[in-house]
Amino acid sequence: MALREKNNKPNSLKTNNLELGTQNMKPETINSNFKSEEYQINMGPQHPATHGVLNLLLTIDGETIKKVEPDLGYIHRSIEKMCERDSYQQIVHLTDRMDYLSSNINNEAVCLAVENALELEIPERVKVIRTIIGELTRISSHCLWWGVMGMDVGALSTFFYGFRDREMLNDIFEETCGARLTMNYNVPGGLMLDIHPNFVKRVKKFVTHFKTKIPEYDRLLTENVIFQKRTKGVGVLSKEDAISFGVSGPVARASGYSCDVRKYHPYSALDKVTFNESLKTEGDTFARYQVRIQELWESLSIVEQLIDNIPEGEYRVKTNAVIKLPKGEFFQKVETARGEFCVYIISTGTKSPYRLKFRSPGFSNLSVLNHIAVGGKIGDLVAILATLDLVIPDIDR
Amino acid sequence: MIETIHNWLYSTMPQGVASIVEMILIALAYLGFFAIAGLFLVLMERKVAAWFQLRIGPNRVGFYGSLQTMADALKLLSKELTGTAKADKFLYNLAPYFVIISALMGLAVFPFTKDIQAFDINIGIFFLIAISSIGVIGILLGGWASNNKFALIGAMRSGVQAISYELSIGLSLLTMILITGSLQLSEIVEVQKNGWLIIQGHIPAIIAFMIYMIAGTAETNRAPFDMVEAESELGAGFHTEYSGMKFAYFFLAEFINMFIIAAIATTVFFGAWLSPFGITESIPWLGVFWFLGKTLVLIFLMMWFRWTFPRLRIDQLLTLEWKYLLPINLVNIVIMALIVWLNLTIKF
Repeated sequence: MALREKNNKPNSLKTNNLELGTQNMKPETINSNFKSEEYQINMGPQHPATHGVLNLLLTIDGETIKKVEPDLGYIHRSIEKMCERDSYQQIVHLTDRMDYLSSNINNEAVCLAVENALELEIPERVKVIRTIIGELTRISSHCLWWGVMGMDVGALSTFFYGFRDREMLNDIFEETCGARLTMNYNVPGGLMLDIHPNFVKRVKKFVTHFKTKIPEYDRLLTENVIFQKRTKGVGVLSKEDAISFGVSGPVARASGYSCDVRKYHPYSALDKVTFNESLKTEGDTFARYQVRIQELWESLSIVEQLIDNIPEGEYRVKTNAVIKLPKGEFFQKVETARGEFCVYIISTGTKSPYRLKFRSPGFSNLSVLNHIAVGGKIGDLVAILATLDLVIPDIDR
Repeated sequence: MIETIHNWLYSTMPQGVASIVEMILIALAYLGFFAIAGLFLVLMERKVAAWFQLRIGPNRVGFYGSLQTMADALKLLSKELTGTAKADKFLYNLAPYFVIISALMGLAVFPFTKDIQAFDINIGIFFLIAISSIGVIGILLGGWASNNKFALIGAMRSGVQAISYELSIGLSLLTMILITGSLQLSEIVEVQKNGWLIIQGHIPAIIAFMIYMIAGTAETNRAPFDMVEAESELGAGFHTEYSGMKFAYFFLAEFINMFIIAAIATTVFFGAWLSPFGITESIPWLGVFWFLGKTLVLIFLMMWFRWTFPRLRIDQLLTLEWKYLLPINLVNIVIMALIVWLNLTIKF
């Protein structure tokens, strides 16, 4: 009986294939009727893991990712074009709306570019305050990243711990300049206002508070076995690839590419402080995670070095009400929480730039996604996206 | 009181009618109790989550937010039922009932006290395992029929997960049944009058309990095994396309399933309604409180897992089951068999 069934099988398959009209199917193997098929799926623009309106067109085989195609432009506001219309004071405000998590550092880049072009002498006090605020911004950005990173790999509580500490910083910013997210604290020539009398006290309080909290972060997430399993060896980016993709910031430093702008082209008061560039060589998701945690410590140490000796002096240099840059090309780069942010201004001597180009770190960091996510699972892609730490308005501009 | 109602029913109507009426009454009582229990568990989860997350949690509706989930349920009842255009309507509508019915059926066999047990069949544990697997069909149907790729991935994950972890649940319970020698839940409780099974079976029983809790968490699709609805990966997983009361069924079923998993653990490992050292043995109705208390402690443990651990990846989930839990479980059964054979169990 069983034998007869065996003999019958190829015949029945053949007739099946004829009916289906598929000539290229091999009748010998029964599995040829059940071929696996790749399919496409839209991750975003409304998806919890893309943290904004990023659309990823995934080609998936089962759960394995075959291809990732980022589809950009959902929040494009043509900021660079708007800059050609605006005065230099106004341009500073637009940079807030790009990488809103490092808004102070973006502001600083434009201000530095304009000040260098005008050859303004900036008071020491301004430089020190700018650096402190910049590092606090970096900490607040990394706090948010840490919370969201945990949430992306499934540990929902981290979000609230990250935001608890970020909240303290937001309060400090609010007291200093009146805003919590889009700060606009820097203006060409200095700062918009002098620091609040409480500033030093509150920053010191935050530093002591946060020093006890980073070990807590480690205990909750870094040392968790599941978390390490999810991130170690996932999305490995080699140093050569990091350089050729133009990756910068913590993502590049996790691959062993030393590229900290604060070290190589120190701006403001960064040449007066000592800090280590956090470097890892593994290049995987866990290394990117560790680099950012290390950066929290380094930023804290920079703030600690400067907070006690803010020099007295003016908080702003008088500039003309209408700033006109001399004819020429001006360039400034800074290290935001995500990597290298550059401003490139071509001026024809009028009150607004002839052409202005922002080099945002998120765009280059996103370009590496297809390279490192292919071959992983959907869960890996989410973990990788979390450690690339993308801010979508920064990518689209 | 139960006795009086029973006698009154049988004295006023013919025997056949009386037994049917009695069944309906019991079913309604269970349904009412567990609708409330489900809502309470949702509230408890939200409060526990809030405590873990430096928040206050619901505190506006009712006393300390006690009516919050009632309000939510009412809101869900009044919501529009939407669905995808090309969904398989019949299966799409059928799926939530599979899930909720399987969850509610499991509740029938639990011994809340010696007297309060809806029906005491001789294959109690087997019945529970069998019933709880039906829910997966609902999830698979829901994910498949809603014509959404995210839902489909979630449903497939749930199928894989349920098939894998049911083995561990079954085997870890089997380890304990070696001591009791019976599948009947009342028998299992009776055996534990000489000490809870987790103490009687000592080391292998503790291993079995740990495996059971891991597998049970996976079985209910809760974090760290919430592959099925991993919201950072799949949006909402298999119930992406469900709204209103149909979504509420899935939601409620998750919590009732959690109750079932914890209640099985209470019955098999922690002596069900038996009080520790028999301190309230003279007052039998207090057993309900012991049963629910132990169950709630275990539920809290599962909530603790959920709000602390990151999620595993799907392949790690399967590795954990097939490479670690299953072999450990098989060895554990052999050890337990040896212990029972050599009479090394601890009895008071």
